[in-house]
This record gives sequence, structure tokens and C-alpha cells, in this order.
Amino acid sequence: MPVGAGQFTWVSELVRREAAIVLQPGKEYLVEARLLPLARAAGLPDTDSFVREAQRPGNLAQRRAIVEALTTNETSWFRDAGVFESFRKEMLPKLVAGRMAHQPIRIWSAASSTGQEAYSLAMMITEELGPARRFEIIGTDLSRGVLEQARQGRYTQMEVNRGLPARFMVQYFSRSGTGWQISAELQRNIQFRELNLATPFPPGLPTFDVVFLRNVLIYFDTSTKQAILRRVRQVMAPGGWLILGTAETTRGIDDGFELVRMGGLSAYQSVASPSLMLSGRV
Amino acid sequence: MRNVYAIVIDDSSAMRMILKRIVTNLGFDVTLAEHGRDALEKMESADHAFDVALIDWNMPEMNGLQYIQAVRDDPRYSAVTLMMVTTESEQGQMVRALAAGAHEYLIKPFTPDAVAEKLELLGLIRPAYLTAGV
Repeated sequence: MPVGAGQFTWVSELVRREAAIVLQPGKEYLVEARLLPLARAAGLPDTDSFVREAQRPGNLAQRRAIVEALTTNETSWFRDAGVFESFRKEMLPKLVAGRMAHQPIRIWSAASSTGQEAYSLAMMITEELGPARRFEIIGTDLSRGVLEQARQGRYTQMEVNRGLPARFMVQYFSRSGTGWQISAELQRNIQFRELNLATPFPPGLPTFDVVFLRNVLIYFDTSTKQAILRRVRQVMAPGGWLILGTAETTRGIDDGFELVRMGGLSAYQSVASPSLMLSGRV
Repeated sequence: MRNVYAIVIDDSSAMRMILKRIVTNLGFDVTLAEHGRDALEKMESADHAFDVALIDWNMPEMNGLQYIQAVRDDPRYSAVTLMMVTTESEQGQMVRALAAGAHEYLIKPFTPDAVAEKLELLGLIRPAYLTAGV
């Protein structure tokens, strides 16, 4: 049974307000699919009852759970394999050439979900540059639930089946009960932190050589996209690259980026726009 | 673009049908075989070369590991990509299959997306974003 119209409107408003994510009408099935497990876990018969419970004054935990459930995306390892291949062949050599061995390469996996993108990057860098090479990957997400799983690095059989090369499964994972545990060697280079892209970033973020912000902007309205891209630019190292989803672009949203093609990969670099400098807005 | 030829090797007719549907939807031309020896005979008599074999491990007559070893020992089949698709989920088994010459390994049960992602890793299908006209 799909969620009621009144409940859907209230949930849409909540998610827009808390996470700046637009849930178009027609996404009732998504609300139902994501919230029904929460309702069941709370001992309630259906999604509407759970939403009514969350609407009562003071029930912040339920509201937070709703926002988390609707902002979590399905994810696979090496999602869009061509992007990772271009990263390995085109981008990594340039990153290495530009620095001393002890200077870490810093990468941000924004909206990291359960960590597959961050760990995929860690596996690829370790394969390519050897285990001694220093690098730091920070994965961030809005959802505490997915961050907890990402930190633990434990995955189900169905999760490791999704795009993870068998040789990496053998090398970087061990069986753990019915699931799989990622190796401590990979985990030591990665931190996972809570971060809401739609609000000002917390202090303490380093500057990043590469920012992966893939399939995230599509969920936001234009003014929020602009704010996010402006904040991302401020934490990018000079000459750093921004990588968006394959159907996403900064064009028409933020003039501060220019497109750079690297093999099959479209990346964006920050530019100091002369017109903006003349107008004194920078 | 030329046809991509797959051979699905599994002694379960239900599993053969599931895999046939998935790889047919990906645009592959599919041949079915019930065990390793059946697959070798069908490869021998086919009028085309095969690009990829999806191979169950535990089968009568000739199991998946023996099939992989036979294919690897035959220079005519050096271009065939080999993917084990099996319920065998211990790492030791994965290592054995990879050492014998398997290129990839998918553990049952799987979703259609999982099959597609492995075939993309193997360079056998173009990523969705390149074929969707984006």
C-alpha cells in the first residue's frame, strides 16, 4: 500500500528542509520502500503510522531516521568502471608526479554512503602505487547508519557481488561469518565523517586533490547546487579535480569550474575567473 | 557492432534460464550447456568463436574448474573470457579458480545488476552511461 498523500507531502517537506533534497510527486513508492522497514522495526503496522508518529512534537529521532532512509542510495564497488580506469591511468600519475613520496594524496568521497567508493579508491591506489604510498581518503555522508557500516567495513555477500573484482575480494577482504570484512590495511587510510553537503561545512576539512561528488547534485535544487559547488571549491587544492556523476555538470550552475577531459573521464578544475576578480566579488 | 557470444554452463536448467535472460538482455548471443564436456563440444562445433563463458562449479561429467583448465590448455580458446558463477563462497575456492585461469568470479545468489557490473569490469559491455546517449 503506497504512503498517503498527506504523509507524502509532510515527508517531502521534511526531507527538503533537513537535507535540501527534492522528492518529486511520483516518488511515493520510494518513501514506502524506504520507510516500511523503519515502521516494522518500531512495531507499527504501516508507513503512515510511522509518519504520524514522527509528526508528533518532539519525535526528532524518527524524523532523523526518515531523512536518513531517504537520502541513502544503493551503491556498488567501482561504480562506472570506466571512471575508475581513467582515474588510474590519467589522474593518479599526475598526482604522483606533482609531489614527494611522503606528501599524501588527499581524496574526498562526498556522499560516501556505505563506503564502497572510498574503499574502491583505496584498493586501486594501493594496487597502483604500492602499500607504502601515503594517501588519505575522507568519506562523508549525512546518514549515521551508513557511516557506521562504512567505518566497520563489513559487507554482505550481496554487497560484495556488486562490481568488486574477484582478485580484490581475495586480497583485501576476509570472510566474517556470512559476510566479508575489509582489511585493516585499507581502513587505516580512510576516515568516515558525518557531513551535510547542504549546510556550511564543518571546520577541520583538509584541502583535497580530488573530490568525488558523483550522482549527488541531481537531488538538489539549483540554489543548493550552487552553494555546494562554491563550498567544494573552497576545500580543493590548487589544480585539484572535481569528479561528478556521468550525467552531471557544473555548466550553468557554477562558472568557477572548467571542464578537463582525461581519457574517458570528465573532471572539473577550479579557475580564478578574471571577470569575477575585476568586479571584486572574490 | 558485432555480436558478443556467451556460453552459459550450468547443470541447473532454472539457473541456465536465469543467466540466459540476463545476458540476452545485455545484447549477447547465448548458447547453453549442461556441463563442462557439453560446453567443449558446443564450442568445437559452433560456427563462431565465444567471447565469454559463465561457468558453474559443481556439475556432473566435467566440473567448472576442470572446464577452465581444459579451455586454458587449448590455444584455440585463448581469447575466451572465463567467469565462474557458483555457490562456492570460500576464499580458498576463489583463489583456486583464479589460479586455474578464471578472470572473474561471481557468487550465487546474484542480481542481474551484479552480472552486468562484472561483465563491465571485464570490458565485455560498454558502461550504461556510454550507451544511454548521455
